[in-house]
Amino acid sequence: MSLLLTLPLLLPFLAAALAMLAWRWVAVQRWLGVAGALGQLAAGVALLVAVRDGGIAATQIGDWPAPFGITLVADLLSATLVVVTGLMGLAVVVYSFGGLDNRRESFGYYPLLLILLVGICGAFLTGDLFNLFVWFEVMLIASFVLLALGGERAQLEGAIKYVTINLVSSAFFLSAVGILYGLTGTLNIADLAVRLRDLDAPVMETTVAMLLLVVFGIKAAVFPLFFWLPASYHTPPVVVSAIFAGLLTKVGVYALIRVFTLLFVDDTGFTHTLIMVVAGGTMVVGAAGAVTQQDLRRVLSFLVISAVGYMVMGLGLFTAAALGAALFYLLQDAIAKTTLFLVSGLVRLVGGSFDLSSLGGLYRTHVGLAVLFIVPAMSLAGIPPMAGFVAKLGLVQAGLAVEQYLLVGAALVASAITLLAVARAWSEAFWRPAPEGARVELGEFRAASAGERVSMFAPVVALVALVVVLGVAAQPVLDLTMEAGAQLLDPSGYLDAVLGGDR
Amino acid sequence: MELILSVLVGVLFAAALYTMLRRSIVRLAIGLTLLGHAANLLIFTVSGVTRRGPPIVGEGRTAPLIDSADPVPQALILTAIVISFGVLAFLLVLVKRVYQTVGSDDSDELVSTER
Repeated sequence: MSLLLTLPLLLPFLAAALAMLAWRWVAVQRWLGVAGALGQLAAGVALLVAVRDGGIAATQIGDWPAPFGITLVADLLSATLVVVTGLMGLAVVVYSFGGLDNRRESFGYYPLLLILLVGICGAFLTGDLFNLFVWFEVMLIASFVLLALGGERAQLEGAIKYVTINLVSSAFFLSAVGILYGLTGTLNIADLAVRLRDLDAPVMETTVAMLLLVVFGIKAAVFPLFFWLPASYHTPPVVVSAIFAGLLTKVGVYALIRVFTLLFVDDTGFTHTLIMVVAGGTMVVGAAGAVTQQDLRRVLSFLVISAVGYMVMGLGLFTAAALGAALFYLLQDAIAKTTLFLVSGLVRLVGGSFDLSSLGGLYRTHVGLAVLFIVPAMSLAGIPPMAGFVAKLGLVQAGLAVEQYLLVGAALVASAITLLAVARAWSEAFWRPAPEGARVELGEFRAASAGERVSMFAPVVALVALVVVLGVAAQPVLDLTMEAGAQLLDPSGYLDAVLGGDR
Repeated sequence: MELILSVLVGVLFAAALYTMLRRSIVRLAIGLTLLGHAANLLIFTVSGVTRRGPPIVGEGRTAPLIDSADPVPQALILTAIVISFGVLAFLLVLVKRVYQTVGSDDSDELVSTER
């Protein structure tokens, strides 16, 4: 069991180390990238199967008993997210073969991407609050370099904003961890949950809860803390944007879910109401922002924000059905967002630009690409039979069940605005006739070999198919996420797994 | 001692935020460094400032011989310092590259991504 929990971290880490050694041989690095991501995916699937059959798995690193050492723990939520991370990593690595310029590829792109995957999975699997901080930093430093790799002016500007806001949030995180340690004398999340239950210091507890809400809110890009995201996510190459959009904000959402289902559940009237307000604002403002943008990648960046609102809504509603629907939403959104960013890269290659005002007429020349864009885009808007419909239906039903009509209304309005935003992007890029002086297919696409084209189209096609399959045959996955939601609401399983029976 | 340290933490946070709000990105880097120091000193202060002995457990015993200080906050701070050292190194290179590319350290010049 202990091996199974460490493998999703060790395999990509090993691949990253080997890729560093193979610095001059990009071809070797490429295949190490595939091996690392594939290893993570396989280990994730094995972990998910083990957790589903045998209950929550925990292992104590170095065999130090629970509150003293560092614990790795996987419940259904963590295990599912590890699988998604591996899958997105694999898709992006394969796309990078053809979709990333050789200069960036030879400056450490693959090792950095693998380290990013390690950091993300570490954050999902750790059972220790300070260790979570460390995994965040691992993830951040890799993302800093990926964002700035290439050193174009826009990238550097985006990087300054991204680095600043993330370092501020890290400092707040560290402060919150310090205060929590001062209050309780422990940092193990399960042990914290037990001690916070008996602690009679509501003011300090709420202070820490709010600090952590801000910290993870910044990482997840919730309203009103999201401004860094549309200022930075569209600056790096699309492969980097795709992995960021698919996974990074989800780590923030994961941390919010973990902390606000396990640690701060005494005063849900205050904390979870606040989370619902934040969720409503995030959904609507994100979608509305997307309508106003001219750059395809910035349209998608704002839709990333909007989607975070739906996941946080599930946390705010705080029922098993809502958390389960939120997890399903998270799964389909990770896939759809990664796909859309990858498709936007293909749009630039065949249409010459990311700018909607200079694109047009692509439906006439590239029908297949138009389909690849519209399917995940409709999933974001929640149109059946795509996966987004099932996710939104689940959230709306959960919201109606606890009579949060205002929030449900906000979710539906945001959905309609999202539809407007993606329909506008699609009709401008694909449907309308090409404008005068529209740029044409880029030389780099014409020069791409058949193998490079396959490497770009194959992962996109596979992910689009997955979006449809997740929508049409949703039930098995929905069963899984609902089980995960029920597990989150009943912390005793998590506490038993980490601390043993004798707490 | 706690009082002095608490005030110092407050002053450091305030100084960090003030420095970061200046337009110069060099000041931004200095502000972020100060912010890290403030957080570290906060951990040190809230976990109790004491003058006790080292937490060494003798052979065959289960508890330290003398009343000892808590080693965990120091380990946390040490880890945080090491991490912030690495991040700071990256940040300084980034600031230098931005200065070379933009030709100014004024953050108001960094507006082309906001269109």
